[in-house]
Order: sequence, then C-alpha cells, then structure tokens
Amino acid sequence: MLSRRVFLSGAACVAPLWLQRAAAASSRRKILVAVFQRGAMDGLNAVIPHTDEVYYKARPSIAIPKSDVLDLGDGRFGLHPALAPLHALWNRKQLAIVHAAGSHDLTRSHFDAQDYMESGTPGLKSTRDGWLNRALPPMPDAKTPLRAVSIGPRLARTLRGANSAVAINSIRDFKVRDRGSKDELESMYSGTADATLAAPGRDTFEAVKLVEKIDKQPYTPAAGAKYPVGSSFGASLQQIARLVKADVGLEVAFADIGGWDTHNNESARLQGLLTDFAGSLGAFAADLGDRFEDVTVVTMSEFGRTVRENGSGGTDHGHANAMFVLSGSAALSGGKVHGRWPGLAPELLHEGRDLAVATDFRAVLGEVVSRQLGVKDVARVFPGGPAAVVAKGVGVMGA
Amino acid sequence: MRRPGLSKSIAALCCVSVLVAAGAPDPFRQKLDADRRVEHTLNRAAFGARPGDAERVKKMGVDKWIAQQLETAKVEENPVVADRLKALATLNLSIEQIAGQYPLRADKKPKKGDDGKASFRDVLSVEEIRKLRQGPAEEKLAFLEALPKDKRQAVLETLPQQVRRGMMGLGSAELRREIVALGQPVAIVGLDLVEGKLYRALYSNRQLEEVLVDFWFNHFNVYMNKGPERLFLTDYEREAIRPHVLGNFHDMLLATAKHPAMLYYLDNWQSVDPTALEQMAKRRRGGSEMKQLSKRARGLNENYARELMELHTMGVDGGYTQQDVVEVARAFTGWTLRNPRGGAAYYFALMLHDKRAKTVLGQKLAAGRGEEDGLDVLRLLSRHPATAKFISMKLAQRFVADAPPPALVDRMAATFRKTDGNLREVMRTLLTSNEFFSEGAWRAKLKSPLEIVVSAARALDADVTNALPLAKSIEELGQPLYRKEEPTGYYNTAEEWTNTAGLLGRMNFAASLASNQFQGTKVAASHAKMGVALGGPEFQRR
Repeated sequence: MLSRRVFLSGAACVAPLWLQRAAAASSRRKILVAVFQRGAMDGLNAVIPHTDEVYYKARPSIAIPKSDVLDLGDGRFGLHPALAPLHALWNRKQLAIVHAAGSHDLTRSHFDAQDYMESGTPGLKSTRDGWLNRALPPMPDAKTPLRAVSIGPRLARTLRGANSAVAINSIRDFKVRDRGSKDELESMYSGTADATLAAPGRDTFEAVKLVEKIDKQPYTPAAGAKYPVGSSFGASLQQIARLVKADVGLEVAFADIGGWDTHNNESARLQGLLTDFAGSLGAFAADLGDRFEDVTVVTMSEFGRTVRENGSGGTDHGHANAMFVLSGSAALSGGKVHGRWPGLAPELLHEGRDLAVATDFRAVLGEVVSRQLGVKDVARVFPGGPAAVVAKGVGVMGA
Repeated sequence: MRRPGLSKSIAALCCVSVLVAAGAPDPFRQKLDADRRVEHTLNRAAFGARPGDAERVKKMGVDKWIAQQLETAKVEENPVVADRLKALATLNLSIEQIAGQYPLRADKKPKKGDDGKASFRDVLSVEEIRKLRQGPAEEKLAFLEALPKDKRQAVLETLPQQVRRGMMGLGSAELRREIVALGQPVAIVGLDLVEGKLYRALYSNRQLEEVLVDFWFNHFNVYMNKGPERLFLTDYEREAIRPHVLGNFHDMLLATAKHPAMLYYLDNWQSVDPTALEQMAKRRRGGSEMKQLSKRARGLNENYARELMELHTMGVDGGYTQQDVVEVARAFTGWTLRNPRGGAAYYFALMLHDKRAKTVLGQKLAAGRGEEDGLDVLRLLSRHPATAKFISMKLAQRFVADAPPPALVDRMAATFRKTDGNLREVMRTLLTSNEFFSEGAWRAKLKSPLEIVVSAARALDADVTNALPLAKSIEELGQPLYRKEEPTGYYNTAEEWTNTAGLLGRMNFAASLASNQFQGTKVAASHAKMGVALGGPEFQRR
C-alpha cells in the first residue's frame, strides 16, 4: 500500500487546492459504507433459525438442511453455506447481525420500500434527500471532493442531498475524456462568473485530478483478497477499497447489489447471490487489511420474504429481514445476533405470514451513524422517526 | 412533508424584494435587446436553436413566433418528425392493444431442435452464411436488413445475445425493435416512448408544445418501472397530458385522475372504504375483479389524495390540513382499475366507495353519493386560488427564473382565475411579459440533462436516426426519461443538477457528441471543435 505521505509529496510543489484540502482532512478517518440488496433478500435463508422446526415445516423444498448450515453457536442461528466468507468474519468478531430488522411501513412494493429505506423516512414519499447524505457531519471548509461517493452511474437516492457527493462508475472512467480540452474547460469553469457552476466546477476538476492520481498508482488487491470474477458488486467494493486506501478523505460510500427477488427457483438463485455477496464483502475486508479497523459496512434490503415457501420453489414479499454490520473496529459487538427475535410461530407472524419487525432499521443505521461518523443529533438524520428508539440503537457498536 | 425546492425559491423571492426595496436595480425590469430576445425565446419556449432558427424567428418577429406557438395547430410540422416516428409502432396504440401485443410476461417460445437452438443452417444457405460471417459490420447489417422479416427473425434468434445487442446501435429502428422484441417485447413500449419524445424535441416545429408536454408530464409525474406502468404511459402522455397543455387545467387534472397510470402509481386503485370490504365479505357480493381487489386492498390509501393537493394543485403551503387529505382520500374511494395488469381501464366501484358525508376545505359533500364526490373535489381544487398561484409559480419557475418575480406570478394567477384555468392564456401572460424578456431572466436557468442533450444536438444540427444512445446520456446525467420514481417529478431548479458527477458527465457528453461518437447520431466534421463550447459553463445555461 502506498503510504499517504509518499502519495502527497509526489505533487507537493504547487500544492493545489484539492491537495490542501486532502491534507486538511485528517488521516485515517472513520468510513461508513452502506450496501443495499435490491429486490428483498430472503433473510430467513441467509441467517437461518435452524433450531426452529417451524422453519423446516414452512419450507419443505427450500430450507437449508441442518447439516449444511454454518452454525453461529448461539443455539438459534446459522448462516447459509454460501456465506462462508462472512462466517470467517463472524469467527473473528468482525461481523454482527441484526435479525428481524426492517421498516414498520406496511408496503410490499419494492419501489416504495426501497425509496423509504434510502430516504430513511418510511411513509414519507416526498423526502428529497437520503439518510447517508444527512448523516455527513457539516464541514463547509475542509471538505475534500471525495467525501461521499456512490458507486454507479448515478448518485444513489441514499446519498442525495445538500452535501456534495460524487457518483463514480469506475475510477478508470472518471476523467475528462477529451484530454486536449481539459485545461481549456477547467479555465472556463474557474473563470466563470456563474456562481452556481463555479463551485461544482472546481469540485469536479479537483475530484478528477484526485481520482486520476489514484488511478495512476498501481493497484493490486491485498494478499488474500479475491473479488469474485465478473461480479459488479465486487468491482464496486474494490473501487471503494481503493478510495479508502488512497486516503483522500472518504467518509461515506454506497454500493448496491440487485437480483434478490426470488419468487421462484430460490435455492439455486440464492446460492449464486449469496456467494457473490459474501465473496465480495470478504474480499473487501481482506483488501482493506488494517484499514478495516476504520471502516464499517452496514447492509440492508427493502423487506424480507414470506416464512412459507410459495408454489414455485420461492418466497413472496414479506416484512422483516436480517442486516449485517461488518467492521474491523474493536467497537463492533461482533460474533453476535442482535435484536429481539419475534419467532416464527403462526400467531407471532406479521399479518399471519411474515417475520415481524422487531428492530426498526433506523435504530441500526442510527447507531452506526452516531458511532462511526460521530453524529450527535441522530434525530436529524431520521426526521419523523422514533427518536428514542433510534437514539438508543441496538448495541451492534458496543453502545 | 415540505419540499425544499419551492420553499427555498419562495425564501429567495423575499430576498429579491428586499433588494428591490433597498434601491438596487431590479433585473426583471431591465429589457433585453432584439438579438437576445430571439435567443432567449428559443432557449425557453423551445429546446434551443437549430442553425438558422434565430434568423427565421427574427425575420418573423419574436411576438408573432410566440403567438404562433401558442396555436399549435397553425404551426406546420417538420416532415422529419413523421419520418422518425413511423417505426415506433406503439406510440399510437391503446392500453388494451399494448397489453395484447406487448404483454408484461412474454410466454416462452417453443424451443427448436434437440439442443434447444436452431442453427444458421436451418434458415440460411451456405452462401448466405458466408455473407453473414464475413465483412465489416455494415455489410452484415445490410445483409440482415435485406432479408425478409420472418427469415431475419429466425436468423436473429440464432445469434448470441451479445452480437444482437451490438447490432442494435447500428441498424434501422425496425431492426432495433425486432432485436428488443426477442428479449422482452414490453421493453419496446418504453423505448418507443423515449425515442419518440427525443425526436419530437429535436425536430418538431411545435417546440412550445414539446416543452410543455415535458413540463406537464413531470408535473403529473408517474414512474415507468412500477408494476405494469409501462403499459399505460404511452396512452397517459398522448391522451391525458398532450391534448391539454395549452387547454384547460381542470380537463388535464381530471384526465390524469382517471388514468390507469396515475391510479396505479399513486395507489388509488387500491383505496377502498374498509367497512365496505367487511360488508362485501359478509354478503359474499362482488365479482371476481372485486375479489381480486379486496385481496390487495386493506382500506383507505391517502397517497393520491395527498399528492393531488401537495403536488398537482394547491402546493404544500396551499392551506389544506391532514384532515383534508383523509377526506379527499375518502372521496376517491372506489376510483379503481379493471384488469390492472392487462388492458387496464378506469371504473368507479360504488360498492367500494365511502358513502358517508365528507368535508373538504370547508365544503360539504353530502352522504350517499358516488363518483360525484371525487369529481367535485377535482373541480374545487382546480378553482382554488392556491392552485392558480401554485401552477403559475411553477410555470414561471420553468420559463423565467428559479425565483421568478412575484408580480408576474400574480398576473399569471389572475389570468388563471379569470379564465377558469385556460393554460394558453396563462402562457400568453407569461411569454408576453416584460419579466420574461428581462435581464433577470436572461440565462437564469440551468439546463436539465434533457435540455442539455437536446439543445446540444440541435445546435450542431445533428442528424439523429437512433435516439436511444442520447437517451442513455440523459439517464447518465441523472434524468432517466419516464423513470423519475418520486411523484415530485424532477425539480425545476438549478440545485437539482449541480453535482460533480453531473458536470463531468456534461463535459464528456459534449466532447463525444461533437466528435461524432454517438451511434445513430451524425454531426458534421466541421463541428469537432465545438465540444469545449458545449461543455463549458455558458452552454449549461438557457
């Protein structure tokens, strides 16, 4: 890994603005990575209540056999065998799980539920910004152009808002394509009297320079970090790992992975999805090496899936789900499944069919935001939410 | 929930008034000279100037040009539009036809041969296969396009999907559509809509109408990827929006309220009187449609009622209460859909309607009525002074400035009230005002991604025969067409579009366009140096 000092001294004589800012941004800051599993992961086949016979009765053809489950040793849960890389993190206490978490909103629409989870305001469609943008501590002067990064062609809903955030599809492509006109464009934007465009123009060219620097450094993932071949989720996390290791002032990042809507043929599909998901996260943790201490990853999916399997070897839209919190930080209360477990008995189910939500997802996010980013006023990040619940958290970060 | 876009602008309005009071010159009172009047008009009432447009408008006179644009039928259409649209066969179909011909779930086609795949040999002669395999892509394409349709279909099916995709950008619109149809037929409907919108924006002589269709679709936003929406959107834009953009506001409001696209998007089709559901269950009444609906519907859904007042009519500060939202939702119970995933159609289900009395904005709606409840609410809302003000404000924000002068908004609102919501007259008030032709309005607006892409292509006189790559750029710049998820639509103001990824994307788009790198878009080689100008700050303004 290229050290921060070497990296900065390479371009020191002129000390452009971005460099001063990057230097001002304190080294080894804490970073929060949010991961969205779009389509509603089947949390009951990912984190399996394998000691409960109701689970096996409800899912005669898609339940994971006891002998295959990776036991979590708490007498209650085990992981899907495809989650082996996460099991390794669990054993190192670098993975905490919150089960039966989710949104109390009743919608079973992917569209609405994703929107609510990204805005952080269930039931309110008109919230304009995302919770992760609101979670950024205000920092008007010393900001770096790469404080908040969303991986993908567009800025994710979760990261939209007043704080400037950058969408990067790939580090390689984040550049002024016509190199011959770059200087001219830059001087046009720096010389413009147009106040609305001057600031983002400056940010853009600074971000471009910074990303180009990063791109020029030879990069190979750390030893033992094997991102799954052909995985776009893996590629996204790899971009984030590069930004983390380049010490450019990254504070929050967002990536997503789709395809979880397993209404049919779930056994095969979930095997592939979880392999990709866990393999990518495992590689990310390995790639970060000791920097994993500074990073916390939190995962979410818009809702869970029905307890009972359906007629086509799959599951339908449900309610509560499992969230994963990964970190190399000692603050993580890892190796533990957090949150109250509401149970699977028919009378305990939401609307008679779904795992009930026992933990508001905002309590998990709120705790992570407050512990990882040092946000004091969590109620501001989740307006209209149950302030006391959100402030209390669930104890994943040792609260 | 308050929406910061408008509230901020209103705050900005106050600042402007303070400045004026302090004696600073009011930029909205400073006139533009003749040349700038022309350029300004083409940037606002059109998607930017094509070469020669400014001269033509100047010769005709700006005022006359605007008067003509306000009478769409009098503007002779550019034949290029019909030429480009003719391949887009879904644009004129009804919802029922679309659902029939482009079903949401295509039945799997029977597989051919033992291994489930046909080979070239089944369809082509040895000589033909040689032609298909050899030579540059253009020749392969010419060969494919020359084949009779059924044979071509068979050949396309044997090609790997990647190869087919690669050909999409090169061939004619017909070939493109055939290739898409092999994957997911319903996808064609969405692509036709996107392509049609861009051809019209690029080539139509009825530019004001196109700008307004964009404005009003966005005002009454619906989202293509929610459930079966893509079956509805073509009809929605063509029948509920377009005919009314220079017509009557109430007509447009009613058309959207009853349209499957809106009923589905804002969930009103599932909003029912909970007690009616119970009674139905007791008496075992209602046909199969009712039963299907009652499975999903659990009671009152306030979604449409809230957005109707907040976004479609009165605005968030319009003076309604949460109780009004509930009462309006009750008024619209039973406004539902027949066969939502097929040829969806609106119908009023009296059985699901809340028949108790309601009070909306102080007006009593008597008990025991039916569809009239909703109809009365729409009439009430479209005549409410807050609606006149809100619509005028939003139009002025689109056409004049992010924070338009209040005096202009007031005059537009007065026209709205006086004419009972005649949008042609409201637009006339706007487009003939001194404020519109003022320094305050000059280049005061930041272009949206749609506007930047279309205006750049128009400025370079680009010849576009495949608009989809341009649509992809618009999407990458943050404005996927027909796919804004939130009912708010895209915001009208600069803050929506100023982020770093967006600016870099704009510069790169301009460079690609000017150097002719878009498949299906031809730009003269002499424009190669224009990338810098189109990517620079000035061109981002309109």
